[in-house]
Formats: sequence, structure tokens, C-alpha cells
Amino acid sequence: MDSIELQGISVRYRREKIRSLKELVVRGLARRGAPYFYSLRDISLTVRSGESVGIIGPNGAGKSTLLRVAAGIVTPSEGVAIGRGNIVPLLELGTGFESELSGRENIQFNGALLGRSRAQMRAQLDDIIAFSGLEQFIDAPLRTYSTGMVARLAFAIATAVDAETILLDEILAVGDAAFRARCEERIRTFVREGRTIVLVSHETEEVVKLCKRTVWLAKGEIVADGPSEEIISRYETQR
Amino acid sequence: MATMRAVSSDAVFVRRTVAGDSLRALEEVRDLRAHANLLFELVHRDLTVRYKRSFFGFFWTMLHPLLLMLIFVAVFSGLFKHQTPHYETYFLSAYIAWNFFSQTTTNAMAGLAWNGALMKRVRVPRSIFTLSAALSGLVNLALSLAVLFVIMLVVRAPLHFSLVALPLSLLVVGIFTFGVSLALTAASVFFADVREMYQAGLPALLYLTPAIYPISIVPVQYRWLIEMNPLTFLVEIVRDPIYNGRIPSLQTFGIAFAFALAALVGGWIIFRRLAPWFDSRL
Ligand SMILES: Nc1ncnc2c1ncn2[C@@H]1O[C@H](COP(=O)(O)OP(=O)(O)OP(=O)(O)O)[C@@H](O)[C@H]1O
Ligand SMILES: [Mg+2]
Repeated sequence: MDSIELQGISVRYRREKIRSLKELVVRGLARRGAPYFYSLRDISLTVRSGESVGIIGPNGAGKSTLLRVAAGIVTPSEGVAIGRGNIVPLLELGTGFESELSGRENIQFNGALLGRSRAQMRAQLDDIIAFSGLEQFIDAPLRTYSTGMVARLAFAIATAVDAETILLDEILAVGDAAFRARCEERIRTFVREGRTIVLVSHETEEVVKLCKRTVWLAKGEIVADGPSEEIISRYETQR
Repeated sequence: MATMRAVSSDAVFVRRTVAGDSLRALEEVRDLRAHANLLFELVHRDLTVRYKRSFFGFFWTMLHPLLLMLIFVAVFSGLFKHQTPHYETYFLSAYIAWNFFSQTTTNAMAGLAWNGALMKRVRVPRSIFTLSAALSGLVNLALSLAVLFVIMLVVRAPLHFSLVALPLSLLVVGIFTFGVSLALTAASVFFADVREMYQAGLPALLYLTPAIYPISIVPVQYRWLIEMNPLTFLVEIVRDPIYNGRIPSLQTFGIAFAFALAALVGGWIIFRRLAPWFDSRL
């Protein structure tokens, strides 16, 4: 079964944005051409369940945009995006965290964001706290956490829910070595269990370690797609 | 261009080309139901976080209408004494409904700016933040009503049996407010000045609504202005069971309900058209 199916996806943004009704009246009537910027251009990509796919590419290549489309967050300008099963995105930090709430309350809130019930979250609360290693801080407001601590919590929550597919966008980068090792271990377990991982990272070593397949993205288009070692060695020599 | 394949029903989401991706009402309702827990959390967060750090806490919600009531009652009760005995009840029964409308629409717009970051990072039904604003508003409305009933007991204003009709009236006001909020939030994502313009227009709308004054003081030739305002009827169906001691007439109720339905359908049509573009705007 396919977990994510992208057919001819393009995502474009207007270069010049009309921000207010006033601007619309003043300038909107005298608009020229089609000043679009393409973040993604005609991307077709299928991720089968059980696959571990890395996504690499320079800044601005469209990696994060691709994950957003795959998560069903962004509606493509062209093409169709289909997601199956329980897809949990873990994009950028601070995702849905409320700085005034405690770590514990944030676990509840994030669980709800990911579509979990209160009971489900309560059942997993201890696991999440244990994995994050934040027992001492869990009742302190989130604004007192460091960046790495927030990342720990986010990763612990996302991987605790019964996700079939996890989309990770440079999440491991901010954790310390010990936590990273634990995250990598958990990701491997995930893959072993037949779940699906899509991982965006600038750390090519990490991608080789965790993903069998790698997609190389540049300027919104797929440059290459294949076995990780092969794609990454090409990527490294090209750079 | 990729060929379109049949989409099996096990898909959790299907996102099509923006133009073809207008939300479908039934799908949205199903998605909202699946996120019932999130709705609960959002309302809970709305009601606690926003007041958590302030000294008065929860009571801020109540304080605002109370202060306003004192001012209005002090200024106007002498003026309207003859037309409206128990002016405080006359005013508050309508003003509470008005306040629910103005606060909820305003909060819904502010909330989308606040929650925009969430919408960019998790897939949630896009109308959930507007719905949660309306639900939080209803909770605040219930609290204000409790305060009003206490005031009515204190000043010995009569409590009527017609109060049994109140929940239905509130439901209609809630539907209307949710519909207007949908349109406003969608528009404000695209045009930053919608919020300011709306804020500027709200007081004018209040004065076009017979909340503070009885409609009988308005010269007959200008009444059409007030009767074109949906809020006139919405405020009326809330005031009737509380102050007038009667169940709203079928006509008044029918008009209010028609406005509510029109707001919901119109608001939804605007929202669903604009929703696929939210991401590029937030
Ligand atoms: N809302 C938006 N409006 C306009 N342009 C956007 C928007 N979102 C993304 N872009 C553009 O799309 C391009 C791709 O962005 P994206 O975030 O996907 O890159 P990335 O590959 O994740 O980069 P990085 O490695 O820096 O994280 C960028 O050039 C960015 O400016
Ligand atoms: Mg990125």
C-alpha cells in the first residue's frame, strides 16, 4: 500500500502579495503578468508503507514544502496529494506548543492536535515523559524550556502516538548526542515495525544511516531518487 | 501532468489542485468530529491561558459587561425610564447577546492570526479555530447570563417562565455568529485591514441595534434602517424570554433564524473558497 502519493504536484506562491483591501484597490487593478514563484514544480513521488525515505537538497530547495504537501497541510497549486493511514508531521520546532502551558499540558494539547483522545494521551503520558527525559521539568511552563528540551518533547509525542507514517523536518539537529542516539534507535525500531519514515536532513550521514532511499531535491524539482548511498555520494561530489 | 487515478476510500486526505479543492461541508463536519478532543482543548486553552497571568483571572470576562452596564445604566436608565422599567435588565439581556457576537467575531479573527502557525504545521480541519472561538464565546455568554440572573434577583426584576425558550434563541445567535465569523476570518487572512475596518464598524452596528435604547424612540421614517440589521432580530429573540417574559413570536424567530441560516451558508461558501489558500497567506 502507498502511504503518500504525490501526482504532478506544483506549489507556487505569488511574488507580490496584496496584503490589504486598500492595496487591492490601489494596485490590484494594475497587475501585470503572472509573478509566480515555484517552490515545487511537477513533483511525482510515491512513498510505500514501510519505506524509509530521506530528502536532501540545498536551502530553499522545497524540502519543507514537500513535507507539508505530504502531510496534507498545503494544498498543491497543481496535482493531487493523497495520504493514507495515520500521518504524523513533525515539522519545525515549537509546533503547536503553548509557552504558558506546562510540559504535561502541552502533551495533552499536542495529542489533541494530532487527533488523539484524552484517554489515549493519558495512557501514553508516562512513556512520553520517560522518553523525553524531562521528568523534572514536566510541570514547568514551556517558556522555561531550552530549544533542545522542546525538541525532545516534540519527538517523544510524535513517536508515541500510533503513527503509521512520521514526517521529520530537521528535528534531530538540535538534540544532544545522547538524545539523538535514542531518537535514531526509535526511528530504526519504527522502520523495523513496518512503519514509514520521511526524513528531511542536511546531515547526509544521518540519512544514510536511517533511510534506504533518498530523494535529492533542488529548485523545487527532483534531481535524483534512489538508494541512499548512491544518491548521497553523487550529492556530495556535486557539492 | 500526472494522470488521475481513482482514489480509494481509505485515504485520510486528498488534496487537489487549489481551484478544485474547495472544502466539502460533510467532509469538514466529519473531520471536526474526529477532532472533537482538539476542539475541547482549544476552548479550554482559550478560557484559561488567556486569563492565566492576569490578576482577575476568569473574571475579566465578566468585568467588562458589568462595567459597561454600570455606565449605561447610570447614563440611560433615567432617560428611558418610562418606556423601559428595569432598564438594567432591558439593556443587559440584549447587550449580552450583542457582546457575544462582537467578542466572538473579533476573537475568531485574532485567533486565526494566533493559530496560523498551527495550521501551517499540522493538518486540522481549517474551520476548527473559528468554531472553537464561537464555543468559547458561548461559555462566556453562559457566565454573563448567570451574572445577569443574579442582578435580576437583586433588583427584583421578574424571572419568567418564557426562559425555557432561551436556549433555542442562543443557538440561533450562535449559528449566526459562527457564520459571520467564518466569512470574517477567511477575509482577514487575505486582507490585514479587514480586522481594523470591522473594529471601526462595530460601534456603528451597535447603535443600529436596539440594545441600549428602545426602538420606539427611533422616528418611524428611519426604522427601516434598524429593521434591516439582522442583529435587531437576534437581540430581540434573546431579550423576549428574559425581559419581556414572552416566547418570541414565530415571525421574529423566523426572521432571526433565516438570517442565521443565511450567515452560516454564506460564511461557509466564502470560507471554503478561501481556505485552500490560507497556507500561502498565514
Ligand atoms: N508562504 C510562502 N510564500 C512565499 N514563498 C514561500 C512560502 N513558503 C515557502 N516559500 C519559498 O519556497 C521555497 C522552498 O522553501 P522550503 O522551506 O520548502 O525550502 P527547504 O528546502 O525546506 O529549505 P531549508 O533547507 O532552508 O529548510 C523557498 O524559496 C521559499 O522562499
Ligand atoms: Mg526547510
